[in-house]
Amino acid sequence: MTDTPLLEVRGLNKSFGPVQVLRDVDFSAYAGQVTALVGDNGAGKSTLVKCLGGIYSIDSGEYLFDGKPVSVHGPRDAAALGVDIVYQDLALCDNLDIVQNMFLGREIKSGIVLDDITMEQKAAETLASLSVRTVQSVRQHVSSLSGGQRQTVAIAKAVLWNNRLVVLDEPTAALGVAQTAQVLELVRRLADNGLAVVLISHNMNDVFAVADRIAALFLGQMCAQVSATDVTHSQIVELITSGRSGDLGLRQNGATA
Amino acid sequence: MTASTVGLEKKGPSGEQATLGRYVTNYVAKVRGGDMGALPAILGLITLTIIFSVARPVFFSAANFANLLSQGAAVTVIAMGLVFVLLLGEIDLSAGYASGVCAAVLATLLTTHGFPWYVAILGAVVTGVAIGVVIGLLVAKIGIPSFVVTLAAFLAFQGAVLLLIKGGTIISVDDPTIKKINFDGRFTPLQGWILYGVTIAALAALQLWKRTSRSRRGLAVEPVSVVALRVGSIAALMGVGVYVLNLERGRNILFSQKGVPMVVLLIGILLVIWTFVLGRTGYGRHLYAVGGNKEAARRAGINVDAIRISVFVICSGMAAVGGIITASRQASVDPNTGGSTVLLYAVGAAVIGGTSLFGGKGRVLDAVLGGAVVAVIENGMGLMQYSAGQKFIVTGVVLLAAAGIDALSRRRAAAAGLR
Ligand SMILES: Nc1ncnc2c1ncn2[C@@H]1O[C@H](COP(=O)(O)OP(=O)(O)OP(=O)(O)O)[C@@H](O)[C@H]1O
Ligand SMILES: [Mg+2]
Repeated sequence: MTDTPLLEVRGLNKSFGPVQVLRDVDFSAYAGQVTALVGDNGAGKSTLVKCLGGIYSIDSGEYLFDGKPVSVHGPRDAAALGVDIVYQDLALCDNLDIVQNMFLGREIKSGIVLDDITMEQKAAETLASLSVRTVQSVRQHVSSLSGGQRQTVAIAKAVLWNNRLVVLDEPTAALGVAQTAQVLELVRRLADNGLAVVLISHNMNDVFAVADRIAALFLGQMCAQVSATDVTHSQIVELITSGRSGDLGLRQNGATA
Repeated sequence: MTASTVGLEKKGPSGEQATLGRYVTNYVAKVRGGDMGALPAILGLITLTIIFSVARPVFFSAANFANLLSQGAAVTVIAMGLVFVLLLGEIDLSAGYASGVCAAVLATLLTTHGFPWYVAILGAVVTGVAIGVVIGLLVAKIGIPSFVVTLAAFLAFQGAVLLLIKGGTIISVDDPTIKKINFDGRFTPLQGWILYGVTIAALAALQLWKRTSRSRRGLAVEPVSVVALRVGSIAALMGVGVYVLNLERGRNILFSQKGVPMVVLLIGILLVIWTFVLGRTGYGRHLYAVGGNKEAARRAGINVDAIRISVFVICSGMAAVGGIITASRQASVDPNTGGSTVLLYAVGAAVIGGTSLFGGKGRVLDAVLGGAVVAVIENGMGLMQYSAGQKFIVTGVVLLAAAGIDALSRRRAAAAGLR
């Protein structure tokens, strides 16, 4: 285990007008590990990762990458650090094919002309390196893919760019058993390849299947960041539903244990 | 059916196993899945041509063919510009009158102020671009729906035309160069065949080059038979076209009229340029992305506002070219230039050709195919002595039918799990 987290935020606050969605949140993610981010609906998980990805600006708090403070003011800043987010609402263009989606915004060109051949090759190589065998052709339109295949494309896109931290917002939410297993396997492989992976999920089986660490959000506050081996299933459920579990979690006055 | 992992693995099954039969099966599946592409336009074109040719043999004459091209040219060019706007799911209702304004600018510069033709053309195009910038800014930066902005512009431009040509007079345009564009400019038969040869050779070379560079890198390629069939049928169609246009169509031996109209080359060049921009540049790719999923495009770091502004600039700029073509054909500009049916025909052309009104789907070629359908209806019904009223109704119905096909194929794609 490395001592400095690849990504760390401290005392992060975020409000939407009068509604404070995130309150003094601390969060860290380590290279080579899967950090599960759990919490009830509306706890602020998606908001937190959108702050990490520069989609939302943070009101206050520190953002450290590789131990050094950085400022992230937009998706481009996050991308420059090597942070990529696979959103809950997948953010793929239905009318484009797999290759076009994987390279969207970062197309390879020779002169002003798109180098479709190189892009197609690289996309195919990336999918092959992740042992993805479920898509028929990389020239298929995304509109014709199943939920699991879309998820795979979105994840492969994150890998293609040699990102260092990949955040997956509920990648298995809409998937069947077999596809869920495939995606989780892919998640594990990403971490084993040395990436820091943050996985948001409501499914405790998924969380315990792949996560090294678990961070639990309760009503916009971080109530625990623990190693997955140190807690039980029911402790996490308790943390999610009430913010506390035994000596873990928020105290009555709201401070973190 | 053979292998199911085309193109994924480097040494995966590629060209060798992709047969013509398989290609056809895939195409049929695509059409059944709701992606009809250019099929309705091509079928419509064939059907209409047969109907009109039987009812009025003169329809199928060389003279009428040339007339049809010249008649449909302006609408086709305006439709090309509209394709860009439609790709984003927006609309430009002012494109027709924008072409009128630009034509009026052209005529005023030429005739009233006596500028040379190139200054007049530049003035018209700059006017179009400026119009597009204003519309684009209002839509993208202020956030007024394009429907409303361009509806307002539709009325305002109508007024602008009136003001420019001083309340309803007609300004004649008789600069010989401008008139060449779509009035009396024709290539000699020899020039026509040379142009034809160059075009077909370039097309074949491009297709072969694409195929070889793909197969050299181990990627899936189309079967040779498909490429040959495509190039062959285009060559045959265009060959017939050039042959017919090279026939003598003048009634008087002193005024020989034969050869490919110059406007055909202009449309061809615009088609090639815009097809290249849409299909082979980063800008084109981003345009499709914004049309398909604006949020995804934004997250990919694409400047969505810039793209939205740009399509209105292209649309109005192309409207200016359409205006020049109209002014050339009429040899004059009047308060109706760019008015009445021009906009509806142009939108109809794009949609009939297969461009979706919902954004994200469309090609510049659609405007040409759809433009041909619209021109054939207009011309054929004119020959059959239908009144203007009847023509409007039929064209309206055809536009509705095309929009209906568009909407239904979307539903079909959704039902087939494609969306
Ligand atoms: N753009 C926004 N404007 C205002 N409030 C918002 C916005 N986005 C989220 N919120 C609010 O912030 C809270 C946290 O939302 P968030 O989407 O982060 O929850 P979540 O933990 O991802 O939930 P889920 O598990 O349902 O995805 C919710 O109460 C939500 O209503
Ligand atoms: Mg969420």
